[in-house]
Amino acid sequence: MIEVKNLTKSYGNKHAVNDISFTVNQGEILGFLGPNGAGKSTTMNILTGYISSTSGTAKIDGHDILDDPIEAKKHIGYLPEHPPLYPDMTVQEYLEFVYQLKKARQPMKAHIDDVCRRVKITDVQKRIIKNLSKGYQQRVGLAQALIGNPEVLILDEPTVGLDPKQIIEIRNLIKTLGQRHTIILSSHILPEVQAVCDRVIVINKGKLVADDTAENLSHNLTEDFRYIARIEGPEEEVEKLLQGISGIVEVQSLGQKEPGVCEYSLEAEPGSDVRRELFKRLADRNYPLLGLKTTELTLEDIFLQLTQDSSAEQKTDGGNH
Amino acid sequence: MLAILKREMSNYFTSPIGYIFLAVFYFFAGMFFTSVLAANTTDITYVFSSLFTVLVFIIPLLTMRSMSEDKKQKTDQLLLTSPLNLSGLVAGKFLAAFLMYCIALAVTVVYSLIRAAFAVPEWPVVIGNILGALLLGAALISIGVFISSLTENQLIAAVGSFAVMMFILMIDGFASLVPIPQIASIITSLSFMSRYNDFVTGILNISNILFFISIAVVFNFFTVRVLEKRRWG
Ligand SMILES: Nc1ncnc2c1ncn2[C@@H]1O[C@H](COP(=O)(O)OP(=O)(O)OP(=O)(O)O)[C@@H](O)[C@H]1O
Ligand SMILES: [Mg+2]
Repeated sequence: MIEVKNLTKSYGNKHAVNDISFTVNQGEILGFLGPNGAGKSTTMNILTGYISSTSGTAKIDGHDILDDPIEAKKHIGYLPEHPPLYPDMTVQEYLEFVYQLKKARQPMKAHIDDVCRRVKITDVQKRIIKNLSKGYQQRVGLAQALIGNPEVLILDEPTVGLDPKQIIEIRNLIKTLGQRHTIILSSHILPEVQAVCDRVIVINKGKLVADDTAENLSHNLTEDFRYIARIEGPEEEVEKLLQGISGIVEVQSLGQKEPGVCEYSLEAEPGSDVRRELFKRLADRNYPLLGLKTTELTLEDIFLQLTQDSSAEQKTDGGNH
Repeated sequence: MLAILKREMSNYFTSPIGYIFLAVFYFFAGMFFTSVLAANTTDITYVFSSLFTVLVFIIPLLTMRSMSEDKKQKTDQLLLTSPLNLSGLVAGKFLAAFLMYCIALAVTVVYSLIRAAFAVPEWPVVIGNILGALLLGAALISIGVFISSLTENQLIAAVGSFAVMMFILMIDGFASLVPIPQIASIITSLSFMSRYNDFVTGILNISNILFFISIAVVFNFFTVRVLEKRRWG
């Protein structure tokens, strides 16, 4: 449904997007994950024909966005980073305008009402957009993208500015939309992408660093090998004991948290489960284990890991040439 | 294009700009017309010859937001990703401003008819005046829309358009300052004023008609180019 090949966008000699290729199949929900300035919005702006790529091609349903823009755009609903709203119009007027702009064919009133119901803005349909809260404006932006029922939805950070309850609602909405539409959405938030997307693309500094299913990605990256343990007992002795456990490669004391109780950060060898051994050893010496939690990898950790991997690959690449 | 035209029109009437434009136009048109009545002639040429100066002040009001506002509000992201080509977009914006201008100009038609009730006017002159005013307006509006596409600040667009139109208004004066006659004659050939005055005096000259139409077409084309270029930026 969406076919991107060697997409590059340069500003001066800076690459905002650097040689990105991927495809999205019909009915798939693809997540774009990346830190600020990674090139997510730029890629989406190219896909939707807002800006042109410096080189490379993007095809929507077989129509090249540069050669056949009108046909390609007919298949796309786009929610940009800043929802493109006319503040002086009412929600209804605005959606009618978008309906005409997109030359939608559904019966107008019923279609707009239906879209409003889906994104839950029926109660503000007659209000002027500039008086709506940020979250509602975001939803009007989403409604705008749904007008005309386009096959492809491109959503740039669709849950930004929403409260937690709305975030869950919108995520569920996107999931249901995914049954009928092909969707690309961008996000900074890994759990969000995991919750919603079938497949995830990670971009960093304009480069594609990973393209995998959400499960694989999180599985590969969040193996339980880092723990925070809270243990009662003399700090130095406990530390020595922990270091003696086979499978633990690094121990770091995080200092006293309660009287006589310290926290330690443990790093285990990937793949080895040290939890039972840890409990046994501590029980033997009568140092109560008061808490043990796995530290989840943050997005930063994942980027760090992925970008380190990719720069290592590049080095070997360079060596081969 | 129709969607754009419709939205722009309703925008003129939801913001004060449309009303200010019409009010100022009607005020001056009314004032000139009463002075014509007071002078007790059927010659409405006076109304139209002053029109140019008024337009220099109020056309920028009409066009300052045309393209700049979309850039600022990021609504251009909606317009440029819709299945609509750029010429349709620019045509919609241009026609909306032109339609507003026609609504304003309609009052002068009414005045002319009122005069006709008193005495038989010279119809070719009246028609020439109205046609000239339409063409001059179209040319100035296309220039205003073009300037508005160069910035996202409507104030800059307004002041810029005003400056450019003022220059166009006074171009004959500048020409007379140029010592080299060849260059001076090139400048005068670009004069809006002398061509417009032909219409005002009832001279219908095909080259004048084509001149204003070409200006309008060329500047609308430039606006399309600006949008295209921005995409490649
Ligand atoms: N018009 C422009 N001129 C110059 N540089 C630009 C332009 N637009 C984007 N960039 C640069 O391209 C890079 C990618 O920007 P982009 O907006 O795509 O990032 P993003 O992944 O969407 O980030 P965020 O998470 O903050 O939204 C940034 O470094 C940005 O500075
Ligand atoms: Mg972005």
